[in-house]
Amino acid sequence: MKNSIGREIPEHIENYGTPKLYEGPFENIIEATRKQPVFNCVKPGEEKVLESIREAIEKSGLKDGMTISFHHHLRNGDKVMNLVMEEIVKLGIRNLTVAASSIFPVNQPLVKYMGEGIVTGICANYMSGPVADAVSEGKLKYPAIMHTHGGRARAIESGDLHIDVAFIASPAADSYGNINGVEGPSACGTLGYAVPDAMYADKTVAVTDNIVEYPACPIDISQEYIDYIVKIDSIGDPKGIVSGTTQVTKNPIDLKIAKMTAEIIENSGLLKDGFSFQTGAGGTSLAVAAFVKEKMKEQNIKGSFAAGGITRFLVEMLEEGLFKSLFDVQCFDMYSIESYGKNMRHQAMSASMYGNPHNKGAVVNNLDVMILGATEVDMDFNVNVTTSSNGNIMGGSGGHSDTAAGSKLAIVVTKLIKGRLPIIVDDVTTVTTPGETVDIIVTERGIAINPRRKDLIEKLGDTKLPIYTIEELKEMAESFSGIPESLEFEDEIVGVVEYRDGTVIDVIRKVIN
Amino acid sequence: MKILKPAKAGTLESSDIYITVYPNDGEGINIKLESIVMKQFGSQIKKVITETLGELDVENVDVVAVDKGALDCTIKARVEAAVRRSSL
Amino acid sequence: MNKLRRTMLFIPGDNPGMIQNADVFGADSVIIDLEDAVGATEKDSSRLLVRNALMNLDLGIVETVVRINGMDTEEGVEDINALLLAKPDGIMVPKATEEYIKIVHEIIKETDIILFPIIEGAYSLETVTDIIRASDRIKGVLFGAEDFTADMGIKRTKEGSEIFYARNRIATVCKAFGVDAIDTPFTDTNDEKGLEKDTLVGKSLGMTGKAAINPRQIEIINGVYSPTKEEIDEAMKIINAAEKAAEEGKGVISLDGKMIDAPIISRAEKVVEIAKQADLI
Repeated sequence: MKNSIGREIPEHIENYGTPKLYEGPFENIIEATRKQPVFNCVKPGEEKVLESIREAIEKSGLKDGMTISFHHHLRNGDKVMNLVMEEIVKLGIRNLTVAASSIFPVNQPLVKYMGEGIVTGICANYMSGPVADAVSEGKLKYPAIMHTHGGRARAIESGDLHIDVAFIASPAADSYGNINGVEGPSACGTLGYAVPDAMYADKTVAVTDNIVEYPACPIDISQEYIDYIVKIDSIGDPKGIVSGTTQVTKNPIDLKIAKMTAEIIENSGLLKDGFSFQTGAGGTSLAVAAFVKEKMKEQNIKGSFAAGGITRFLVEMLEEGLFKSLFDVQCFDMYSIESYGKNMRHQAMSASMYGNPHNKGAVVNNLDVMILGATEVDMDFNVNVTTSSNGNIMGGSGGHSDTAAGSKLAIVVTKLIKGRLPIIVDDVTTVTTPGETVDIIVTERGIAINPRRKDLIEKLGDTKLPIYTIEELKEMAESFSGIPESLEFEDEIVGVVEYRDGTVIDVIRKVIN
Repeated sequence: MKILKPAKAGTLESSDIYITVYPNDGEGINIKLESIVMKQFGSQIKKVITETLGELDVENVDVVAVDKGALDCTIKARVEAAVRRSSL
Repeated sequence: MNKLRRTMLFIPGDNPGMIQNADVFGADSVIIDLEDAVGATEKDSSRLLVRNALMNLDLGIVETVVRINGMDTEEGVEDINALLLAKPDGIMVPKATEEYIKIVHEIIKETDIILFPIIEGAYSLETVTDIIRASDRIKGVLFGAEDFTADMGIKRTKEGSEIFYARNRIATVCKAFGVDAIDTPFTDTNDEKGLEKDTLVGKSLGMTGKAAINPRQIEIINGVYSPTKEEIDEAMKIINAAEKAAEEGKGVISLDGKMIDAPIISRAEKVVEIAKQADLI
C-alpha cells in the first residue's frame, strides 16, 4: 500500500499491527478523545517515599510485557533509565517496551537487554548512539516506533501508547511528589516532555537525588500525579545534561545560509510586532536567530514569543524585550535553567501544549517562523532527519514535524553538500516530515521555494536572493559531488515512523551492509 | 611511473583524502579504501584512483586511502602527488 | 569598465574544502594561494590540487586568481606551467619586479590569463610604474604591507600611518595606468570595527579594493567599496538630468538649481556601473 506521499507501507507490519496510512498533515485533525486513566488514590497519612528503585518497581506491579517510560531532560547525562533497568533485570522482568521521549548514547545498556529479550519494544521521538545502531541492525524484537514530540503526547493521551509505569527523573522532589527541574545538582530546567507520562501512566515513580522540604517550589509536575518517590545518590551527570555553551557559528558557509534565511524572514512579511519564532540549538540556527535579532532591533520590532528548546541566546532576547515570552519545553544551558527559575515570562510548556495535534490547539499553531535542519530533502520537499546517510537510525523528528505543520513559514537550512553527500536527493531514505508542510530550503548556493507557496514565490521574487527550483539545486549539488549510489535495504522493518497524528508516514527497513 | 618507496599525500581534513602508496612485487594494483561515504561513493573513489594510476603508468602499487568526502578532482590530485613523491 | 574587484579573498591552496566553496563567500575575486599558505613540503601536492580543482569545478562567476610562489624559486615556474593548463582568470606574482613580470608575461602570453603583481618591498614600490608597464596583462596591483614594512625595517601598526606613503603611491600610479589598486589585508580577523576603519583609510587614498584573509571580512569590505543607496540615487538623478538635457539639446545641465559638468556625470556613471556589477540595482 502507498500512503498519500507515495511511501510503500505494508498492509500489516509484524509486531506493530495494521498501520493507519498517512493521508496529509491535517486530514486527521478533527475530533479526538483522551483516555481515562485508572489509578489508586492516596489516603491521608499514607507515605509516598520508598527505600529503593527496587521497592518502587515491586510496588508498581510491573510485570512481563508491560511498558515503562522515561523522559530525556537529562539528555546524555541521564542515569535513571540505566539504574531502573538494572533493577528490572535483577527482578527477572522481561519483554518490556521502553517508551523514552528520546534515547542517547548513555542508554547503551539497552542494547544488551534487547539481545536478552528483556527489552523487546522501543518508542522514542529521537534516538542516537549504540541503541539506534542496534535497532537499525534488527536487534530489537519488535519494530521501534518513532514518534514526534507532539505525537508522543497525543499517543499517550489517546491511549495508543499505554504506559504502565513512568519513571520520572526529578532534579528536585518533595516527599509528596511535587517536582521541579530547576534545583539540585542535576538541574535541567523545565520538564515538558515528562508531563504526559505523569498524567496518564498507571503508576508514576519520581526518582530524585534531591528531596526538598514540602512543598517544593516551583512545581512543574504536581503531587496529584505521583505515586512514589525514590531518593538515590545521583540521577544525572551535569556535564551530559547541559549541552555546553551553544554558540553562534563562525563557519562562513553556515553564516551565509543564516544570513539568507534572515533575509527571507524579513521579506516574508512576518517580521513585525507580535512575531513568533522557533529554532534549534545548532550553530546555524543560532546564527539565524542572531541575524533576526539584529533586524528586530534595527526596525524596533517587539516579538510575541520564542518557543521550543531554549538557549541563552533566546533568553537574552527575552531580557532585552525583543520577545514578550518564552515557551520552554526543555532548557539547553545553565543560563536558561536559571532564567526559567526566576523569570515569570519564561514559561514552561508540556509536550502536548507544544505540539500535540489532538488537543484544542498547540503552541506550534501560533508559530510564525520555524527554522529546521535536514539530513536529506527530496523533490517533493519531504525531509529526512530520522536516518543517516548510511540508512541507520540517527535522529528522529523531535519537534520537526510538529513545528513544520504548525508554523506559517517552515524553513529548512542546510549545506548543499555534507562530506560529499548531496543533501537534496530524488528520494529521501526516510520521510520524517512531509513536504506539504515545508516551505523553503536554504543552502549556501541557492534557495528553493515549495511550489505550493505561490505567495512566497511572489514575495521573494523581487529580492536578490538566489532562487532556484529544487531540481536545479539537486543538479547543482551533483555537479560537485557526483551522483551517489543508492542504499540497499532488506524487507525487514526495524522501525515505524508515525506522523504526529499517529498515521504511518514511513517505515525504516534494515540496511544491507 | 614506478613506485620506489612509500609516500603519502593529502590530509584527514573534511573534503580531503589521505593517500599512501607502497611498492609491491609485481602484484598489480591493490586499493584499501576507508571512506565516510563508502556506500554512496566507494566504487567511484576506487575507480578514480585506478584511472589516475593508469594515466601515470603505474602498474604495481598498494594504495591505502582514507577518504573524508573528497571530490574526484581532489582524489586525482592526491594520488598523483603520492605517486610522484614515491618515484623520486 | 573593469571587472569589479572590491574584495579579493585569499584561500589556502592546500585546503580542498575551501577551494570547492571558493565562490560561495561573496568575494568578487578569490586568490588561491600556493605561496605563504602552503608549507614547503606540500608545494607539489597543492599545485596539483589547485590545477585539478580549476579544471574540474564550476566556480560560478567568481574571478579565480592563483598566487604562485616567488619567481626566484623553482616552485614559481612550476606553478605557472601547471596553471597554463588549468587557466585561472589570473595569476598573482609575489615580490614583483619588472624582470619577473616580463618572464611571467612571456609564459602566459598565448593564454587569456591576466596578472596581478604584489608590491611588497621598497624597490618594488619605487619601480611600480616599470612593473605595470612590463605587461599589458596587468589588471591590478596588490599592496602587501607585512612584507613591505619588514623590508623597510619599520614597525607594522594597526592604525597604519607607516604605510601611508606606499598606499598613496600605489593608488596614484594604478590610477595613472587604469588598473586596480588592491589594499593590503587587515590581519586581525576578529576586529570588525578595525577592519572597517582600515578599509575606509585605503579607500580615502584611492585604493579600489582590498584583499581579505577570512570570508567573514568580505561583507564589511564590500560595503565600504560599494556605493550607498543615497549615492546610487543621486547618480541616477544626475544621469537622468544629463540625458534629458541631451534630448532637449541643452548645452548646460542643471539639477536642483546646480550646474552639472562632465566630471560629475562621469563619476555618476561610474557609481551606477559599480552598483550594477555589485548587483545593487
